[in-house]
Amino acid sequence: MAQPARPAASYRSQNGAGQQPYSNGPVQNQMMHSSDAQGYSPSVPGPYSHQTPSKVPPHPSSGQYNYSGSQNVSQFNSYQGPGQTLNRTPAAPLSGSPVQQTGPVPQVLPPALQNSAAVSSAGGFPPGVSPPMHPNWQYSQAPVSHPAAAQPSHSAPVAGTGPAQPPPPLSGNPPGSYQYAASPGGPSLQNSYMKPGSVPPPVTQPLTPLHPPSRPPLGPPPVGGPPLIRPSTVTAGAPSTQSLLHSATNQEGDATSAAGDGSVVQNSYDAIEGGGLMATPHPSAPANLKMNRNVGYSYPALPPGYQNTSPPGAPGMQASALQYPDGSKHFHQPPLGTNHLNASMGSLSLQQEGLRPVNLLQERNILPTTLLQAPVPNLHEDIQKLNCNPELFRCTLTNIPQTQALLNKAKLPLGLLLHPFKDLSQLPVVTSSTIVRCRSCRTYINPFVSFLDQRRWKCNLCYRVNDVPEEFMYNPVTRVYGEPHKRPEVQNATIEFMAPSEYMLRPPQPPVYLFVFDVSHNAIETGYLNTVCKTLLDNLDLLPGNTRTKIGFITFDSTIHFYSLQEGLSQPQMLIVSDIEDVFIPMPENLLVNLNENKELIQDLLKSLPQMFTKSLETQSALGPALQAAFKLMSPSGGRISVFQTQLPSVGMGALKSREEPNQRATAKDIHLTPSTDFYKKLALDCSGQQVAVDLFLLSGQYSDLASLGCISRYSAGSVYYYQSYHHKHNPVQVEKLQKELKRYLTRKIGFEAVMRIRCTKGLSIHTFHGNFFVRSTDLLSLPNVNPDAGYAVQMSVEESLTDMQVVSFQSALLYTSSKGERRIRVHTMCLPVVTTLSDVYLGADVQAITGLLANMAVDRSVSATLSDARDALVNAVIDSLSAYRSSVLSIQQPGLMAPSSLRLFPLYVLALLKQKAFQTGTNARLDERIFSMCQVKNQPLVYLMLMTHPSLYRVDNLTDEGALNINDRTIPQPPILQLSVEKLSREGAYLMDAGSVMFLWIGKSCGQSFISQVLGVPNYGSIPQNMTHLPELETAESIRTVAFISWLREQRPFFPILYVIKDDSPLKSSFLQNMIEDRTESALSYYEFLLHIQQQVNK
Amino acid sequence: MESVVFIFSLIDCCALIFLSVYFIITLSDLECDYINARSCCSKLNKWVVPEVIGHAVVTVLMLISLHWFIFLLNLPIATWNIYRFIMVPSGNMGVFDPTEIHNRGQLKSHMKEAMIKLGFHLLCFFMYLYSATTGARLTDLTLSN
Repeated sequence: MAQPARPAASYRSQNGAGQQPYSNGPVQNQMMHSSDAQGYSPSVPGPYSHQTPSKVPPHPSSGQYNYSGSQNVSQFNSYQGPGQTLNRTPAAPLSGSPVQQTGPVPQVLPPALQNSAAVSSAGGFPPGVSPPMHPNWQYSQAPVSHPAAAQPSHSAPVAGTGPAQPPPPLSGNPPGSYQYAASPGGPSLQNSYMKPGSVPPPVTQPLTPLHPPSRPPLGPPPVGGPPLIRPSTVTAGAPSTQSLLHSATNQEGDATSAAGDGSVVQNSYDAIEGGGLMATPHPSAPANLKMNRNVGYSYPALPPGYQNTSPPGAPGMQASALQYPDGSKHFHQPPLGTNHLNASMGSLSLQQEGLRPVNLLQERNILPTTLLQAPVPNLHEDIQKLNCNPELFRCTLTNIPQTQALLNKAKLPLGLLLHPFKDLSQLPVVTSSTIVRCRSCRTYINPFVSFLDQRRWKCNLCYRVNDVPEEFMYNPVTRVYGEPHKRPEVQNATIEFMAPSEYMLRPPQPPVYLFVFDVSHNAIETGYLNTVCKTLLDNLDLLPGNTRTKIGFITFDSTIHFYSLQEGLSQPQMLIVSDIEDVFIPMPENLLVNLNENKELIQDLLKSLPQMFTKSLETQSALGPALQAAFKLMSPSGGRISVFQTQLPSVGMGALKSREEPNQRATAKDIHLTPSTDFYKKLALDCSGQQVAVDLFLLSGQYSDLASLGCISRYSAGSVYYYQSYHHKHNPVQVEKLQKELKRYLTRKIGFEAVMRIRCTKGLSIHTFHGNFFVRSTDLLSLPNVNPDAGYAVQMSVEESLTDMQVVSFQSALLYTSSKGERRIRVHTMCLPVVTTLSDVYLGADVQAITGLLANMAVDRSVSATLSDARDALVNAVIDSLSAYRSSVLSIQQPGLMAPSSLRLFPLYVLALLKQKAFQTGTNARLDERIFSMCQVKNQPLVYLMLMTHPSLYRVDNLTDEGALNINDRTIPQPPILQLSVEKLSREGAYLMDAGSVMFLWIGKSCGQSFISQVLGVPNYGSIPQNMTHLPELETAESIRTVAFISWLREQRPFFPILYVIKDDSPLKSSFLQNMIEDRTESALSYYEFLLHIQQQVNK
Repeated sequence: MESVVFIFSLIDCCALIFLSVYFIITLSDLECDYINARSCCSKLNKWVVPEVIGHAVVTVLMLISLHWFIFLLNLPIATWNIYRFIMVPSGNMGVFDPTEIHNRGQLKSHMKEAMIKLGFHLLCFFMYLYSATTGARLTDLTLSN
């Protein structure tokens, strides 16, 4: 059923590249946590999780849930996920029909969405989930969820949930709907909330319990002005009951979750009381946050069943919130009282937990055993579930300080980290002739705006009141008029618009790819041309594009060679331009040709290219002139230039001199991190102006001055790849790496002639940008190309104090031309609470985001000042924030080094940064390596940056299925993450270190024979080959587990991490040990020493 | 002779005032998005050297003509101009770099600098004017005597 619905909707879901893996693990967790924290009472783990997803739907992640889910249910979910976004409309009709109720769950869901999230979720689960549910559950849960949701699902016919449901015939009584809703929940619960009257078939009951989601519906009903709030109130009531039940029944597996519930409830309650539009951050809220985190950690351990989350039905939720309708507040009110009590108690304990300072010197094992999840902003659940996925948009402080003074006091950087073009498994796309935007600040309408009435909405960034255009009154999804608040634009924090012609300065450009190869003697020696041409040949059909795709080639040594691929030629014709002082294009056409029409000629060229220069003795490299030629060739159309370079450019414009002095590496001073010429920067800006991006592949054994060369990519929004000492024979590992990365590079999504703008609520201002692009005007980033693997960061300050604001919002809008020639706008919106006290600011600190932003700032500092300045600044960041915490937040001065538990990993991460290639001292890092590492810091999305900085270490010789994930019939073991210290290694074990772009499998000397023979496939330790980079796929259980785990890790990222198997005598052992961040090295402190140092400074 | 020195300084100072105003206008255009960073910076960078020279000339002239007070007054700004010009990193496209100007509040600090210079030059303008007129009067007096 669900499927049909999709088509109906105007949206299309887009599939990103392999996102699935993501969804499985971490994402779900987050969702679950967040939900818990926010308000739901987790009491029933199963149902909850389901719920959450439903609410979430708008997020891309929702789709992901499905995967993780076990059983049929999960499948449904997945379906729905996509479906939901697409089709809300269809759903509505469905709900109306009795048929749906009984049978097909999936169908139900869609309706649910429209009506109330809860409903939908309920629908989905029934098949799988319901059985598990016990009567008890129903009781407890029922109160919570039901009101609306339950009813809709079964009772759709009976009573609409009211406003939301209108489509169904029943809708007649919107107000009444509430009551109905209650009833569903209830048969059991009815007493408390609802009126029995309505309801439904027994069958439904089981389902209802499941659907905690139903609660959300409750919220909405209340109606009234500030829609959001109301929902909360309702919810609050429900939760309280739930929590009580829980305790009584004690059914829940998760103690923690239960606790969370309590707190959650409270929040919602408070919010209600406050009456503010959005949930206001309450003191209690922090507590919740904490809870979430904790839960998050534990998450891995949860049995797979729990993890299933149903897809997000959520959109409904919001809608409900927004609805003006009628509310029957009084119904819920009574329960509130109890809730309140309950909640407050819960919150108390929670809060303490959240604010509990951690003595870093005493707590040896602070590293969580699972990947750290982003903290969940302390917003009302209804808002939070609509919030942007933290993988796309993240803020260093999830509680925004109200004034600059408060921010300064906290000594933490305020900034955003974005990954705007990430491949998404599911993305709602809206085609509409009018895109609704604020008339004064041009913000796109988003889930966090408020509707004053049906005809007017208030911008959440500048607070201007705007009219709702006539067209927007009609909801294409539900085909209902007069529900602007249910449009997909208002239901999804991440959405893509098809841009009409006013968003084009010129007709969308065709995809144009130009490859520029270094063919000097040195380049031919490395043999890279073979690999590149072969990979290109294999992926020629996979290049993103359409029938207009154009491609061209240039090679250069001390001269520049063009290739005419004119139709009708029997073979490509080479044209040599030897005047490199004044480069010109030898012929006006046929150098860039249509890929489809000239495929054979292109294939011929790629096959013959590697052999054409084998006898070349030319050692000079005229990179500068070649780039100028490429620019001239590309400037009429725009597009992408991929440059392969293997040495320092030596002739013509842009020639460079070697600046590396090996014996000076040890001193952090006097190393050349700044470009030596502005040639590449100027050229990059020219390229940027013509919508041309340059990607640089540097494959060089010697110093090639990446600091200067990198500018060409940095300012034209390209990317830099560096393969140190690439050689086809001597360095086979690099060859494989190049192959894999090039494949990804060639086939990944690409956006052309893009611009990105980041807006934030009045009062905040963005003052610094990090990433590869050119800042064309104050807040407009020019991105000639945008790719899914690029991350960006910005720093902000609080210019005017945010008095009277409960929440602030951030919106990034990326306008680009897809490879199919469509102009699209991808919009992400994030909403965060504002706080007034320092302890709340610390509570909301996102330590990973802070580390990421500090790393970006440190790169700038090393370039503008010196490396040692940057290192000092990093250490000072820790010292300042911890001493501010000590002096301003801690009431009792305790001995030791106290940190808020949100920042307990801060010193560890900063120490990891100090030991990272980009910032380390000592003689290990070559200059180009260091600069490449800096490029990565600037250009990598946060997740990979964190892995690169602080790798994850797992013990893999004793993997078990305990706590394993189940994905697509594969069992993925989930070993705990170990601290990065040699002390954690044992000679008897085998350890996997996942450092993002590279993995190490370290085999202990006395590692169990079974592991060596059954996983590595060699008879004994001594016979493990020196350069082993693949694990054989053997039929043994150990091998299957290990391989499954490693491939699962790999699937989560777009690039391909190479696996090195290392033993005691491997040359790579030093790289492995270098990542042991907690240990002492010749030039750096151990973690404990570092803490002592910090303590000393803090206590001064 | 006195008055010639001051009249020349006066003209030079006028030019510097115009230049400061031009800097301010261009930077505020950039702030308001009327022009893009690239063209703004290339416009401004053209005038950095003339500014340095213009100011250095007055300063040297004051030294030569032994007006110590005015010389010392001019010295810090002249030194700052030269220092700023010399210290431009090799990879930057001049004192005003389009890729940096929107970062770390550089635009604001450039603006502030231009304002301060404008104020300083105005001050100097009246000082030269006064000196030139009094100097001229002195010569008149000597002539009439």
